This record gives sequence, C-alpha cells and structure tokens, in this order.
Amino acid sequence: MSARQAVAKTYKLYLGGAFVRSESGRTDPIGGVNVPRGSRKDVRDAVKAARAAAPGWAKKTAYNRGQVLYRFAEALESRSDRSDEIDEAVDLLVHYAGWTDKLAAVMGGVNPVAAPFLSFSSPEPTGVVAVLAPDSPDVLGLVREIAPALAAGNTVVAVVSRTKPLRPLDLGEVAGVSDIPGGVLNLLSGRLDELLTPLCGHRDVNAIIDATYDDDVAKTVDELAAETVKRVSRPSPHTDSLTRLEPLVELKTAWHPVGS
Amino acid sequence: MATVERAALRWDYAPAPESRDAAPLKPRYDLFIGGSFVAPTDGTVVETRNPATEETLAEVAFAGPGDVAAAVDAARGAADGWAALPALERGKYLFRIARLIQERARELAIVETLDGGKPIRESRDVDVPLAAAHFFSYAGWADKLQYAFGGRAYEPRGVVGQVVPWNFPLLMAAWKLAPALATGNTAVLKPAETTPLTALLLAEIVQEAGLPDGVVNIIPGDGSAGAALVRSEVDKVAFTGSTAVGKEIQRALAGTGRGLTLELGGKSANIVFEDAALDQAVEGIIEGIFFNQGHVCCAGSRLLLQESVAEEVVRKLWARMERLRVGDPLDKNTDVGAINSAEQLARITEMVEAGEQQGAVRRSVTCALPDAGYWFPPTMFLDVAPANRIAVEEIFGPVVSVTTFRSPAEAVERANNSAYGLAAGVWTDNGAKAFEVASKLRAGVVWQNTYNKFDPTAAFGGYKESGFGREGGPAGLAPYVRLGG
Repeated sequence: MSARQAVAKTYKLYLGGAFVRSESGRTDPIGGVNVPRGSRKDVRDAVKAARAAAPGWAKKTAYNRGQVLYRFAEALESRSDRSDEIDEAVDLLVHYAGWTDKLAAVMGGVNPVAAPFLSFSSPEPTGVVAVLAPDSPDVLGLVREIAPALAAGNTVVAVVSRTKPLRPLDLGEVAGVSDIPGGVLNLLSGRLDELLTPLCGHRDVNAIIDATYDDDVAKTVDELAAETVKRVSRPSPHTDSLTRLEPLVELKTAWHPVGS
Repeated sequence: MATVERAALRWDYAPAPESRDAAPLKPRYDLFIGGSFVAPTDGTVVETRNPATEETLAEVAFAGPGDVAAAVDAARGAADGWAALPALERGKYLFRIARLIQERARELAIVETLDGGKPIRESRDVDVPLAAAHFFSYAGWADKLQYAFGGRAYEPRGVVGQVVPWNFPLLMAAWKLAPALATGNTAVLKPAETTPLTALLLAEIVQEAGLPDGVVNIIPGDGSAGAALVRSEVDKVAFTGSTAVGKEIQRALAGTGRGLTLELGGKSANIVFEDAALDQAVEGIIEGIFFNQGHVCCAGSRLLLQESVAEEVVRKLWARMERLRVGDPLDKNTDVGAINSAEQLARITEMVEAGEQQGAVRRSVTCALPDAGYWFPPTMFLDVAPANRIAVEEIFGPVVSVTTFRSPAEAVERANNSAYGLAAGVWTDNGAKAFEVASKLRAGVVWQNTYNKFDPTAAFGGYKESGFGREGGPAGLAPYVRLGG
C-alpha cells in the first residue's frame, strides 16, 4: 500500500476577502514553497479593496467590531499549529477586541468650553492603514501591528514578513473564517523594495505603521508619507497598546449651541 | 415725511477708533534669546508695517542661522532645569503669563491689529482673551500630567521648535508655547515674517513673569529662519501654516525620529440644509468666511447650499455682505480689516482672477476702500464647478465659493471631496441629521449651527492633508511628551 501524498497548499495573497495569486503571476521560492511576489498592481488592488471596506467597518458599532476581533482570536486559537508565539498573538487579539468600546472614553470626552456650547471630542478611524510587518516574529509581529489598526476601526493593507511569509499568509485564512469583512484586512507577500513605494506613496493610504526597524526604510517611508501628509508610527515591540492606537485615530471635535 | 427719512436711513457709523496711545511701541525690537533681548549676529533688521496704512511701526530684528542656533542652544541649556522644576511651580509661571496677558490685553489687542490688519473687535474679543485662556488652562495641566496619559510613563521631549503663521500671531504663539511649557519642554518660537510684534510683547511678558532664562526663546525671521529652526537639533517640531510648507518640513524630518505636529491648510465646507434657521445660518456663513478677512485655516470657504433654499440664502447673504463695514481695523465698528500683506493680496487677487477665468460668477461688494494699505472687498462666487481652482485650493481671503446640493448624502460627498479635512459647518434644525452628517464628515472640527468657535479645552486639528496632531485639551499635551517609557 503506497504512502498517502500530502496535499500541498498553493500560497496566495489575501486581498479583498479573496485568496488570489499575484496579478503579475510571479512567485519567489521560500522554504520550498512558491510564495506570491506581490506587485505594484496588487498593492493598488489591495488599497482599493481597503478603501471600499473602510466606511462599513468604521460604521460598525464598537461592540460589533470587538466581537469580530474576538472571533479572530477564537479562530486563531483553534489552529492546530499552536505555539507560544501564536498563543501570544491570540492574547493580543483578545486584548484589542476589548479596546474597541474603550477608545472614546480614554481618548475623548466632553470639553468644558467657556461658552454655551456642547463641545465634545471623539476618536474616529483615520482610514486606510499600511502596515510594514517585521520579518520576525512572523505572526506575532504582524498581529501586533494589525490588531490596533483594526480595533481603531481602520482597514489594513499589510506587507507580511519577507523571510517567513507562509504563516502570515495562513493568517488570512484565519481572518477569512472570523467575520472580518472582505477588504478590511489585506495581506501581501513580496519584496519590500518593490512594495514600499507603491504602498507608502499611495494617495489613498492615510497612515503607515512601519515595523521594519530599519533606518533606511524609515527615511524612505517618511519621505513618501510627506507627499500626502500621512501619519507614520514606528512602535517598538514593547510599545503599549494605547500608544499604538493613538496615531491610528483622528480626534473629531463637534460643537453644538446650547439654549434657544 | 417720516417714511422718506426712514428710507434714506443709512448704516453709517461715526468712527470709533481705538486709541493708539494705549499701545506705545518701541522703535526697535530685538531677538529674545536666553532671557535677554539681543541684536542679531548674522541676521538682519527689518521694518514691520501696518498693512492698513503701509506705515512703519517699528524695526524688528530677524534671526540669521547663527541666531537660530544660539536660540536652540539657550533652550537646550535651560531644558534640564525646567523639566526638573516641581510641576506646580512650572504651572505657576504659566498662570502668571496668563495673568500678565490679561493685564496687557488692551495693548496686545491694539498691537495685534496694527501689525496684522485684523479688526480690533476680533483682537480684543477673540485673539487676546483666548491666548490668556490657553495659558491658564495648560498651566493647570502642569501638575496633573499623570492623569492625562492613561497611566503611561511620560517625559518631556526636550527642546521644541515652533513656527507660527501671521493670521493669529499671539494666539498661535499661545497654542504652541502653553502645552510645550506645561509638559516641561523649553521652546524656540519663530513668529511670522509680517507679524512679529505681539510675540515680542509676549517675550516681555515671559521676562516679567520671571521664567528661567532660555526656557522661552522668540526669534522673528523669514522663511529661511523657520527652515533653519525645523532642521536644527530640536527634539520636536510644531508647525502651523500652509500645506506646501508642512510637506517640506515632514520631508526634511524624514528618518530623524523627531516629533512633528502639523496644523495646515483647509478648504472647509459650510453646509446649509433647507431646514436650517436661515437668518442664523447667514450670520454663521459671514462669521465663517469673513472673520479675520478669511485669513483662517478653518474658514468656511466652500458654501454648500441645499438647492431648495439656495436662492434665498444667496439673497440674504449678499444683503448681509453689503452691510459689512470694511476699513480701518482700529475702528471698533469695523467688520473686515486689511489684508495682511501685499503678497497675500496678490495671492487672493490671482485666485479670484482664476475663478473668473474658469467661468464662475463673481460678486464683490462695492465699498469705499482706503487708498493706502492692502484691501479686498468681501466676495462670493456663484456657479462654481467642483473642479474650479477656487473650489479646491485655499484662498485665505474674504472669498466664498457657493455650490448647491440636493440630498444630505450629496452634501457629505462634496464636503469630503477635498485633500483637506480641517473643519466643517452644518446648519439644520434637525438634530438627528446634524449629528449624522457631522459623523460622516472627514474633518477635525465640525460646528453645528455655529462656526469658528475655539476653546483651550477643545481639541483642534485636521484630517488628511490638513495635518496631524491636535492642539487644545488633553490631546494637545501628548505631542510634547515621550510616552511609554
């Protein structure tokens, strides 16, 4: 009796809620697998999907967004390839699932203005967030950056680990079964030197999380960001969650007269 | 007989000029560095002029690169001592500044109007009281910072470089300095080229309040001094000004890891729905675009009218515009003062010509304008296409472009169709609609049935290319500290 042949998986980008090959048809062999080598066009498609998904995700109630992120954690917990790193990623998702309905209380409030107006400030999503995930840790490093962006109500286009892209691409499958609407999270694999400019220079990206810890990348990212005044944050692995969340929201102040 | 007299009744007011004697100016103002007023070492001395008369008000020292470096050095030298002060003591200095601004309020208001051209009514009732309020409010934060940052560890950034514009010279200096000092930073502030005087009076106040030498340094100069300051060895840069210059600064700081906040331009939509109290809305439109001659980053320069009331609103607005009193900024009855500079007048004129060339219909108020000085009559543009330059680019003058919409969804789409996202106005008596529209507008400040209201406790700042970071309230503290240890 012959041994069973394992079913090898074709790795794909996670884009607009679908698993797709790079439109360029290119792949890079990494770890014995042909990994899609995302292109400029893939970046554009991903940003377009993220922009299209942004209003719907932002409009969900904080409670609902929290439950979706919690579902993401549940789905990740149930994977068979668990490890300490995955456990930590699950815990991070649980942590941020609980942030969604706390942001307004922590960051905003009623402003005691010296005139007869109701004035209040509340955080809103900044929009489409580009994430440059670190090469390592491949999964935890990605989750650390996308979780606050999603919790704050943004949609995300992430470039996953260049050296270890397989498990991060698997994370797309986890997201795909966890009620995260299509387009809210988009994962691209490929070469940073090809993806950096189209993504960080894209006019429809509002903010960038640069977790590459690379000074040369930092300078390039900042220069690209300046073209349309994008917000750039550069958290360290130890940065606390509120400090991660703050650059991913816009504080809106509303004024309304009081009295007739 | 009586009716004839009534019909002939005109809205002329007797002149009510504020007295210049209440604000004696020195012949010359030097750079404020290290607690003293010093002559520039490699800078220049220029005349600052009254834009309403073109007369010279005083000579002002402009910093050269060496002076900028000296100011940054002075701030660096004072940083550790200032940060180490007990927080309540730091706060007391700021309370004292607030009190001194109040004491010298009349003088500050007159000088602000002389140097910048804004009506004395605005300097007196808005700029100066809000500047004092800002210092007073942030003074109280100095010893409560542990409550401002959600339990996170914090430390001052160190030396901050601050560049402010010419439209609210004293108020912007207060917006910049108060939170920086409350959080334990020392500062180098560069006032705008055309309006340095009130910042230098503030330097006198800083001196009188007894702040340690070097904690606040104020160095007037032109764009090159600002460029030198933001590129110097400061730990954080705060800039209010045009989006073009903001982008240059963001590019210049690329890869440096220095803190940056940008308060940039706008093309804010003022949206009037058919169920608004229209007379009240017209007052708000006037306030939105003609306050400070429209030299306001959050000016309501795009007026969006619901089709069913557009004609009526335009008629009422025009009638109100014709009643605006344009002229001597020192006159307490003046509504619209002088354009800040010849350069800005040229910019407004160029934009208005572009509006006419692109087919929009221009209506400018016919009014007697003084011979000397820089003036532009209140102006509205009708039949403006969304792609016209006057509908897209910031004019920064008393010019409003009018377009119409049919549904709330269309109003929101048009309002958001801009690279900017600083402010917006919403006029409706339907509360549910007001809050729904406000929540959909991509703008940092939304005024509902009001416009151009500011307060030190309320965050102010933009979405998109209107900048990032907030000023005012607890959110205004965060950019001035390093968080999380």
